[in-house]
Amino acid sequence: MSTLISARMRGPWTLFKKELLRFWRVSFQTVAAPVMTALLYLLIFSHVLDKHVQVYDGVGYTAFLIPGLIMMSVLQNAFANSSSSLIQSKVMGSIIFVMLTPLSYLEFFLAFLAASIIRGLVVGLCIYLVAIIFIDLPIAHHGYILAFAFLGSALLGAFGIIAGIWADKFDQMAAFQNFIIMPLSFLSGVFYSIHSLPPVWQTVSHFNPFFYMIDGFRYGFFGQGDISPAVSLMVVGVSFLLLSWLALRMLKSGYKLRG
Amino acid sequence: MTMTPAIKIEQVTKDFGALKALKGIDLSIEQGEFFALLGPNGAGKSTLINLLAGLLRPSSGKLSVMGHDVVSQYAQARQLLGVVPQELVFDPFFNVREMLRFQAGYFGRGPENDAWVDEVIESLGLTDKAHVNMRRLSGGMKRRALIAQALAHKPPVIVLDEPTAGVDVELRQTMWAFIQRLNREGHTIILTTHYLEEAEVLCSRVAMMKSGQIVALDTTANLLKHIPGKQLRVTMAPGSALPAGIAALVRHRDGDVYTFALNDVAQVADVMAELRQAQLTFTDMQLLEADLEDVFVDMVGRA
Repeated sequence: MSTLISARMRGPWTLFKKELLRFWRVSFQTVAAPVMTALLYLLIFSHVLDKHVQVYDGVGYTAFLIPGLIMMSVLQNAFANSSSSLIQSKVMGSIIFVMLTPLSYLEFFLAFLAASIIRGLVVGLCIYLVAIIFIDLPIAHHGYILAFAFLGSALLGAFGIIAGIWADKFDQMAAFQNFIIMPLSFLSGVFYSIHSLPPVWQTVSHFNPFFYMIDGFRYGFFGQGDISPAVSLMVVGVSFLLLSWLALRMLKSGYKLRG
Repeated sequence: MTMTPAIKIEQVTKDFGALKALKGIDLSIEQGEFFALLGPNGAGKSTLINLLAGLLRPSSGKLSVMGHDVVSQYAQARQLLGVVPQELVFDPFFNVREMLRFQAGYFGRGPENDAWVDEVIESLGLTDKAHVNMRRLSGGMKRRALIAQALAHKPPVIVLDEPTAGVDVELRQTMWAFIQRLNREGHTIILTTHYLEEAEVLCSRVAMMKSGQIVALDTTANLLKHIPGKQLRVTMAPGSALPAGIAALVRHRDGDVYTFALNDVAQVADVMAELRQAQLTFTDMQLLEADLEDVFVDMVGRA
């Protein structure tokens, strides 16, 4: 494969390949574990609520839950990939091997971003493949499913790069995970429709970018959602551009990487 | 036509807040040189290397590698430079050969470079460990792998920042034999080390740094001439007080061991005569040539 890559592209391609291998070497932790967690959520919530809750007409609660769980896992794992790789190599000092190379800040960004997208999509695909063994899941719009999965993982991959560059310790990274990523994903409508919330919380939900990613992705399956998928796609797209711009600025300035 | 210097450093300063780590460094290292950068801890050697490598940015001044500015033409400059960092860092996910191939890949090298990677592995005595995870290597082996990583893209300019810190004699010999071979083949080598005897044997030119400045820059041979004549090391009986006539000749004192700086061998007789006259006894005596360590102590102590 590497013989097909031009010498100019070989640098970023190598970094991308290394990042892929890095998570694949520990795939029990980076792929199997999040798939297992999502399936446990599915088992417990569907068992408890399937006969009591119906969010959309003609859609059972368990079916409703699956796209949300898939997307939540896609987002969390895309974030975890870039952020944990960066903080680990910063703490271990091995980031120096990349910093000494002629790779540009844009190439650095794209390699980490692409690996995050792949990990997010691999985890999401695994959950989907296991879930459809048990539950009949319709697909209304392939395009929206792919667009939200790709853009959502890219958005969180970029956010992970920002967090990885900013954090100096594992403790700070854990704070990012527990106080930003987890609450935003749990309060995004994975387990419910925001129409079931009081008006104040519905309004608050509209400020959560995770809500748009989950709702748009779910629209791709059922053709129904809390908000227009076009609006969601725009919010997610603009958020991705903003975070990418911030991550690229940090990398270009050498923030916390080059003194 | 003059050859482009391997390294050119012009009026480089680096401040960390109020701390002035480098105070206007000027230095030119020619292609093919084996150059030593010496200095006590905190002298600014690693800061200078980090500036060359692009890990730090200068507060003012310019640095270039083979004519390429390390800031504005960083990609070309880094292509030409291999740096062995001082800290024993490694990536725990991969084995030695994988790490070296990745490292070469970052520099745009593909499968055509694999033969060189294998040669580096063999030359540094890493063949048995090529498929061992970096995490499982001993400290010495990790150091070898670190050196191999800096050489993976076959750079013409190689910087070794304390490469032999805490490593055994066998590695030192293996490593220096390989580095000397690279130097003979035309690679420029820049070395920082605390082992001054290594610098004396290997390097043709030396810069000594102290407090962010270069306090001495010359060929090793010329620097050694700074300490004239011979040195006489005498171990006195405990509690002896030297007579004033020879106390002025003392260069160092370490307990009862006195090192006298002599203009010539004939002065040995004068020292002995003074000691005899003062009825002092000594238990050991050695006549020594001045080495780089003496020059270092003299230069850095004086600056």
